[in-house]
Amino acid sequence: MTRLEVRKTYKLYVGGKFPRSESGRSYQVSDAKGGFLANVAQGSRKDARDAVQAARAAFSGWSGATAYNRGQVLYRVAEVMEGRRSQFVDEVAALEGLSKAAAASVVDLAIDRWVWYAGWSDKIGHLAGGANPVAGPYFNLSVPEPTGVVAVLAPQESSLLGLVSVLAPIIVTGNTVVLISSQDRPLPAVTLAECLATSDVPGGVVNVITGRTAEIAEHLAAHADVNGLDLAGAAPDQLVPLQVLAADTLKRVLAPQPGTPTADWTQTPGLERMLPFLETKTVWHPKGT
Amino acid sequence: MDGTKNVAATKAKTTLDTVPAVGFEYAPAPESRAVVDIAPSYGLFIGGEFVEGGEGSTRFDSLNPATEEVLSSVTAAGVGDIERAVTAARTAYDTVWSKLSGSDRGKYLFRIARIMQERAREFAVLETLDNGKPIKESRDFDVPTAAAHFFYYAGWADKLEYAGLGSSPRPRGVVGQVIPWNFPLLMLSWKIAPALAAGNTVVLKPAETTPLTALLFAEVCRQADLPPGVVNIVTGDGETGRLLVEHPGVNKVAFTGSTEVGKAIARSVAGSGKGLTLELGGKAANIVYDDAPIDEAIEGIVNGIFFNQGHVCCAGSRLLVQESIADDVVARLQRRIGTLRLGDPMDKNTDVGAINSAAQLERITELTAAGEAEGATRWTAACDLPGRGYWFAPTIFTNVSQAHRIAQQEVFGPVLAVLTFRTPAEAVAKANNTPYGLSAGIWSDKGSRVLWTADRLRAGVVWANTFNKFDPASPFGGYKESGYGREGGRHGLVPYLMSGASA
Amino acid sequence: MSLADTSHTRELAPSTARDVTGTSHLDDASLRRFLHGLPGVDEVGAKARAADLSTRSIKTTSKAWALDLAISMVDLTTLEGSDTPGKVRALCAKAVRPDADDPSCPPVGAVCVYNDLVPIAIEAVRGSTVKVAAVATAFPSGRANLPVKLADTADAVAAGAHEIDMVIDRGAFLSGRYLQVFEEIAAVAAACRAHGANAHLKVILETGELVTYDNVRRASWLAMLAGADFIKTSTGKVPVAATLPVTLVMLEAVRDWRQQTGRIIGVKPAGGIRTAKDALKYLVTVSEVAGADWLNPDCFRFGASTLLNDLLMQRKKLSSGHYTGADYVTLD
Repeated sequence: MTRLEVRKTYKLYVGGKFPRSESGRSYQVSDAKGGFLANVAQGSRKDARDAVQAARAAFSGWSGATAYNRGQVLYRVAEVMEGRRSQFVDEVAALEGLSKAAAASVVDLAIDRWVWYAGWSDKIGHLAGGANPVAGPYFNLSVPEPTGVVAVLAPQESSLLGLVSVLAPIIVTGNTVVLISSQDRPLPAVTLAECLATSDVPGGVVNVITGRTAEIAEHLAAHADVNGLDLAGAAPDQLVPLQVLAADTLKRVLAPQPGTPTADWTQTPGLERMLPFLETKTVWHPKGT
Repeated sequence: MDGTKNVAATKAKTTLDTVPAVGFEYAPAPESRAVVDIAPSYGLFIGGEFVEGGEGSTRFDSLNPATEEVLSSVTAAGVGDIERAVTAARTAYDTVWSKLSGSDRGKYLFRIARIMQERAREFAVLETLDNGKPIKESRDFDVPTAAAHFFYYAGWADKLEYAGLGSSPRPRGVVGQVIPWNFPLLMLSWKIAPALAAGNTVVLKPAETTPLTALLFAEVCRQADLPPGVVNIVTGDGETGRLLVEHPGVNKVAFTGSTEVGKAIARSVAGSGKGLTLELGGKAANIVYDDAPIDEAIEGIVNGIFFNQGHVCCAGSRLLVQESIADDVVARLQRRIGTLRLGDPMDKNTDVGAINSAAQLERITELTAAGEAEGATRWTAACDLPGRGYWFAPTIFTNVSQAHRIAQQEVFGPVLAVLTFRTPAEAVAKANNTPYGLSAGIWSDKGSRVLWTADRLRAGVVWANTFNKFDPASPFGGYKESGYGREGGRHGLVPYLMSGASA
Repeated sequence: MSLADTSHTRELAPSTARDVTGTSHLDDASLRRFLHGLPGVDEVGAKARAADLSTRSIKTTSKAWALDLAISMVDLTTLEGSDTPGKVRALCAKAVRPDADDPSCPPVGAVCVYNDLVPIAIEAVRGSTVKVAAVATAFPSGRANLPVKLADTADAVAAGAHEIDMVIDRGAFLSGRYLQVFEEIAAVAAACRAHGANAHLKVILETGELVTYDNVRRASWLAMLAGADFIKTSTGKVPVAATLPVTLVMLEAVRDWRQQTGRIIGVKPAGGIRTAKDALKYLVTVSEVAGADWLNPDCFRFGASTLLNDLLMQRKKLSSGHYTGADYVTLD
């Protein structure tokens, strides 16, 4: 007799907790062959609004933590992800139609990618900041600072590796995030949220809204308390309207280059996903007795 | 207090009735030794396991300087052992370590960092027993900072193309490292972490009087499943160190210790093509301007010279105080030193522990006597020194001039020389008037003055309105005869890599 | 100790102030020159020293001694709009005999109440060593004119309060009207001794509203110049109350004041000190910064309410050898 499994429910992750959508809606997520996998909360604009509030509330603590502390917390997330490896493998394999072996390499790469980013927290300052040799008796120092709350549209197809590749670079420098997970492949995002919730990541630093991307994205793009926007998972016909909305509050936008093929998330990244969400502050101080 | 005693006769005697006249006495608060397991003897850690010393090796004892008890018997590696160790490092480099991805090297370093955190209490207790420093210091500073160094450099291992040495820098190969006795585990982490992150393999010789935490570290390497031969620990004395740095199979040498030995090493590697970094002695000036935040300055002065019993290369061993406030500062210092607790390093309330060895105690004693003979005025804190062990009470010399030996020579003990100055320019000139150049302190409430002074000090580390601050992300090292090369930060990677671009 | 000869010194507050500040005429400008000429406090360094003092490990006999000392230094406080005679009587009963089962437990230093409940408190502590402290001067805000504040004080003194806890005018301080702050304190000090009374005066600086350590240092000196017997951190009614670094700066002030004038002024941190562990950190700080002479209830107090029960529980644990629980100490 095979054992009847206890099935998981997939809810939102907001402010460190797992609420259902305030709209009460859910939608069906299927595996690559069209079979039923789960009902997932269908996030609404009010859920997104709540998430922005939570992210804003968490920002001063997270950006005010030492880089060392953020690095430690993120490394701990990787430890917990490693422990959840088989759950991630099952979800990725089912959603993306991969063999267990192929899914396992994707998951392993995602965890290693997370570790790579964790190690940047106390090093990005060496590269994105420094003393400037101005022509006068002044001490002049440029320092990178996180921009604030960043809304992220996670990649639609790469449900874990792509997700990690857009999320980690933004939070490692001290930003907080409202993330809309892949519409059809949201499950690893929720499992990742469970890893975050159990790894000393303060509530509100990352908020995950599952649901219809197009429905929620415009509210985030227009939200005046969102400082940055990552459009990795935007549909091609959404790119222009969302950037136009974002322009009203001059959000810092990271958008795929028009005409480029879908990103290959297996390639080792550079600094290009961290720098757009960093401000540079330059301070002058005279030197004299 | 009389009112309390007149309360109704039925009231029982309180413990307050036995208040000692002198106020708050702290009962003994000993840290337990039980957490650590010291073997009666140790071999050498070569090729991933502990092996007995070969021909030419000898044994010697490691003592607890607070009690003079023998902690363990360790091996002084001989020529053959050094050969074996360098060979093991070379083999590990060629067959395993140089073939691993940066990501994998990083993961080993993350494991090591984590295990050090997990075994933190063991390390802290062992460091205190072997070195004599207060448990408060090893627990709150040495061990956490050592683990942090491994964490920091773990994250560099897969990012070497960002170190500023081209898109594909290469490691040097086998690195020979010799470290001192003042911060044994921390100095080990400053050496091994960047070396491994950069892709090198290591042969490290801990100091003769403090081998034990390095030997425990070897166990950590095993628990982390570090490939055999990547890290080798060869205990021994100065001769063992010489054999290691002169071995032709070593591609790069890193040394922290006395300036005298540093010069000897520089001579011996001349023309060999070996990379060399040196972190040597210091005679740092702690400059206190008349507008200093005075209470914090007193803390900084005290920390600068009495932290770690003054066994610190970057110790603020010369106080340069503006003449107009000199008397007040010295009086405050003496009062503050009166609250320092000297004694059993395993007591959690001890501030000043034991001097590391009989030899070091003799040197401090000799230099201090010279100070008196030269005409400086000596003040020593009233301390009960324990009967056994090596102890020296905090001491201040006033009326010191630049020409005195105690103003020029590194004492490496809890002895502060106080000199005065009148103007900022004079402070800077006096501070720089030394062959050393490791560190300096500046105390002033005025930002411009702090920055102007920092600009002009010929010292590799300048602490303004603070002292003795260390961080894995912050480069540390000296000017002039305090050595060359930096440890910590991106700069700390550079000596362990050679520039390169990918094809 | 500090209470010897206070009346003589306090009557001459303006003259003492002129001597100490070295000016012939006290006004905002001369007070500012003096107060702003005091050495600055480096915030990071001050916090680091407080953190270092917090690592002291107080065990066995020294812990027992310190717990009893801390209990004897508690100003057991109730300052709520809903206070009643019944509540005050219960508080006083506990103050006089904190541990019903253990007569060796010392009584607290004082009870601290609103001044209309002083007569109830006086009656309830009669025959014990517990003092009655009253808050006054439009506590906690201090926003009323001087005649109102002095009437408030006179009421409490006339009712028999042994101690008065006044608040300074923070608005005046933060806008640089130092002379006004000085004169108000001096007037309240005089009211404490009117008509043969000899109440001692604690001056609440409300350090949470002063914010910077430099301000805490300056306000401490200003209060001592004006005749305070004690300087106190907080009313407990604003979000930020006593902290260890703030108390450290105040202890440095009283230490330096004694160096300059020979007189000992007391220190009282109030609000936010909830555990015995915290209280012991404060005692360590008193001992190592100001000195043993301050280690008695005449020179150091804790303004607290829940602290007492934690001190009692720690005391029970030391004597019984096992951890205890809230069921074993009285609510009030």
